[in-house]
Amino acid sequence: MAKITLDNLAHSYLANPKGPEDYALQQLDHDWADGEAYALLGASGCGKSTLLNIISGLLRPSQGRILFDGVDVTDAPTAARNIAQVFQFPVVYDTMTVRENLAFPLRNRGADPAYIAERVASIAAMIGMEATLDRKARGLTADAKQKISLGRGMVREDVNALLFDEPLTVIDPQMKWELRTQLKSLHHDFGHTMIYVTHDQTEALTFADKVVVMHEGRVVQIGTPEALFETPAHTFVGYFIGSPGMNLLPAEIEGTTARVPGGTVQLGAAYPGLQGKVEIGVRPEYARLLPDDGSGAGLPARIRRVEDVGRHKIVRAEIDGPSGPLPVNVVAPEGAGVGLDQTRLHFDPARINVYADDWRVEGAAA
Amino acid sequence: MSRARPRIGSAVVMTLYLLFLMLPIYWLTNMSLKTNAEILSTFTLWPNDLTFANYRTILTDPSWYMGYVNSLIYVVMNTVISIAAALPAAYAFSRYRFLGDKHLFFWLLTNRMAPPAVFALPFFQLYSSVGLFDTHIAVALAHCLFNVPLAVWILEGFMRGVPKEIDETAYIDGYSFGRFFLRIFMPLIASGIGVAAFFCFMFSWVELLLSRTLTSVDAKPIAATMTRTVSASGLDWGVLAAAGVLTILPGALVIWFVRNYIAKGFALGRV
Amino acid sequence: MNDKTVNQKAWLLVLPVLALVAFSAVIPLMTVVNYSVQDTFGNNQFFPAGLEWFEELLASDRMWNALGRQVAFSAIILAIEVPLGVFIALNMPKRGAWASVCLVLMSLPLLIPWNVVGTIWQIFGRVDIGLLGATLAELGIDYNYTQDFYAAWATVIVMDVWHWTSLVALLGYAGLQSIPDAYYQAAKIDQASRWAVFRYIELPKMSGVLMIAILLRFMDSFMIYTEPFVVTGGGPGNDTTFLSIDLVKMALGQFDLGPAAAFSLMYFLVILLVSWVFYTVMTTMDAREGRK
Repeated sequence: MAKITLDNLAHSYLANPKGPEDYALQQLDHDWADGEAYALLGASGCGKSTLLNIISGLLRPSQGRILFDGVDVTDAPTAARNIAQVFQFPVVYDTMTVRENLAFPLRNRGADPAYIAERVASIAAMIGMEATLDRKARGLTADAKQKISLGRGMVREDVNALLFDEPLTVIDPQMKWELRTQLKSLHHDFGHTMIYVTHDQTEALTFADKVVVMHEGRVVQIGTPEALFETPAHTFVGYFIGSPGMNLLPAEIEGTTARVPGGTVQLGAAYPGLQGKVEIGVRPEYARLLPDDGSGAGLPARIRRVEDVGRHKIVRAEIDGPSGPLPVNVVAPEGAGVGLDQTRLHFDPARINVYADDWRVEGAAA
Repeated sequence: MSRARPRIGSAVVMTLYLLFLMLPIYWLTNMSLKTNAEILSTFTLWPNDLTFANYRTILTDPSWYMGYVNSLIYVVMNTVISIAAALPAAYAFSRYRFLGDKHLFFWLLTNRMAPPAVFALPFFQLYSSVGLFDTHIAVALAHCLFNVPLAVWILEGFMRGVPKEIDETAYIDGYSFGRFFLRIFMPLIASGIGVAAFFCFMFSWVELLLSRTLTSVDAKPIAATMTRTVSASGLDWGVLAAAGVLTILPGALVIWFVRNYIAKGFALGRV
Repeated sequence: MNDKTVNQKAWLLVLPVLALVAFSAVIPLMTVVNYSVQDTFGNNQFFPAGLEWFEELLASDRMWNALGRQVAFSAIILAIEVPLGVFIALNMPKRGAWASVCLVLMSLPLLIPWNVVGTIWQIFGRVDIGLLGATLAELGIDYNYTQDFYAAWATVIVMDVWHWTSLVALLGYAGLQSIPDAYYQAAKIDQASRWAVFRYIELPKMSGVLMIAILLRFMDSFMIYTEPFVVTGGGPGNDTTFLSIDLVKMALGQFDLGPAAAFSLMYFLVILLVSWVFYTVMTTMDAREGRK
């Protein structure tokens, strides 16, 4: 188990990168704490696999260093890094039995047979494959094979870090939930440093202590699931996390008031000295549609559609913008009525985030 | 754990192996550029007295160069016939189950296993009796014996990789079988057709026993021309070597064009 | 495999192939069968000879000797070409221009007409004008493939290795190319030895194509005719007279049609039998693969 330090790291697949657009991974400086579970979250092509490959040693970064517990491992090959990795599709040794597969990493390191037997037994119990231990891996289903891969990744106790590269893609939904829960409890029990790459926000938010959101080769936010939800540091985080994502409206801000299309919105703080493109972002969970009470409070809005997703309803509404209607989503809590008379859109002032050129601006005390 | 060392080892192995492959070919080329006097009198690693006379002999004498033309004609004919016949059959094997399909498939393969030596004489008699002896089509048909089964085998492998849903979608969209096959299916397995054509070309080009037995003058292949001229003129090593080099060229050209498909091609679509 | 629909009309699609193969295989084969049970005194007059030719052939040493040489030859070249081909495949560069160069150069011997292959080695091995022969003579090794049993066999075997190892290597290479990088990376993480990577990752992935390679090499080496015929002419004596060479001698040289036909049929049967075993093993392996 180790602390992972990314020091001034950047990577480009081109030999002579000219500008930032040539970099698959923009410059990065972070410490990833020992024993924490991180999720690398982002759309495909955002650079999360590149970062993982640099950590695992498959790629050598074009600049910067990577340290495990303060030891520079930038040039160390994968085998010397003492990590474990689980890949997107199952990597199993087809001609070996399940037992041999699980024992393989330990046997190669010359572990004591009694210890191997004990580890294999406990891992098999964890992935629920005790019954099939003596079957050949060839001919098992894709989920069973992926469970073997997971098991092989976890069989060593002394690894510096456990890396997961979208490991649940081939697993069916029911099993996904179970495995994720097991991974999480494993993390509790053994405290490995874990890095879990995924494009699925539910997976990231339920698995990780800290979620690292990546966008266009850049880490846009590292935070707890709660922080990502309440205070997205970048409009991309607001849009990517949550379903539906955060509402963004163009705004001009004076004092604690934002002028947006259709009216003004009261903010919880003041934002002096804003530059560039200014927007306010509100989670649909913090927006409400109320009937017009004649006071002029709220923004005029129309309901377009209501989607009932079970526990709550998603109201798709729109307000008039300078160039056509702007869509706004509202989450109506369980039991709340939705009616066409609800024509005023209200935001919870304390939950409004302000963005200048897509980056969140911290408010000053009002 | 150095990463560089195994690569150097591989480079040494490959260099040695390629050297082993190329040396005899180099020696042939070397001889083809020498005069007979130099070949026989001195032992030289490269031509001291560089000459293209041997090639001139071949390229100006119709009895030599017509051999190449004959070979190319029947090879191309064979490739076209083999692929045209194999396509529908391979489709049938890859898509349908029918009475005796497995036995039929194996029986086809057995023809690929038939030693040409077994068939040489009966072929000679068969084609003589139907008046096809010493024609290009005779050789082309005879080579179908081993090329058609091979083409069916390769194409079936590639076709199995195309999902059946594509066929079904096309039929639902109102395509007739013929139009679907030509417009949709064939483009999908284009690389497979290329690979099969390559193998047909190759095996027809390199075969000698049948093509020599079935021809005498008008369709005589270059390979046969070589053996006969040697026995007649005795020791004209230079011309023999030049003719040999010239038979390697068409193969080399074909390989150059398909070099990016070779690896997959050799796996016969079964990887 | 099981999702194929039953459709007897598929026979129509197979018809062109059937017609073609019937013409180029069945009719000649019938001729052979016909000859094998008849005798002739020339002038195209035949009379039935029953199984006489088969009995005579089985009783004589000639076919058994040729068969023995043939089996030895096929066994030796398979024993050399398959491991060597796998070894070469493992050492081939995975990608890049150098990989293309290797592919092209390695395919070259496969596309040389077989008699030219013979000619190349005939020249290459000659003591007076061949590089190999002259070099060996220079080293004081008594090498003459037209006189000496061992030299003749060595030449024929080295020639076949030269000619066909690339086929095995290219097939193996195709198998290796289908292994995703993740497998190699996982092996590194598991600290698998080079041997373990070969044994548990590369060999299983290659096994399918290697079966094809072995089948093709077995069939073709068992039918070999042109190359040794050009180099040694079956000699010295009958030392490199393999089945096909012997058959052609009998049929076209001595025009002993009856015995030659009987010989052909038994020859064909041996190949069929072995190939059937290979084919069955291969399809069972295919089916097992398909079940994943």
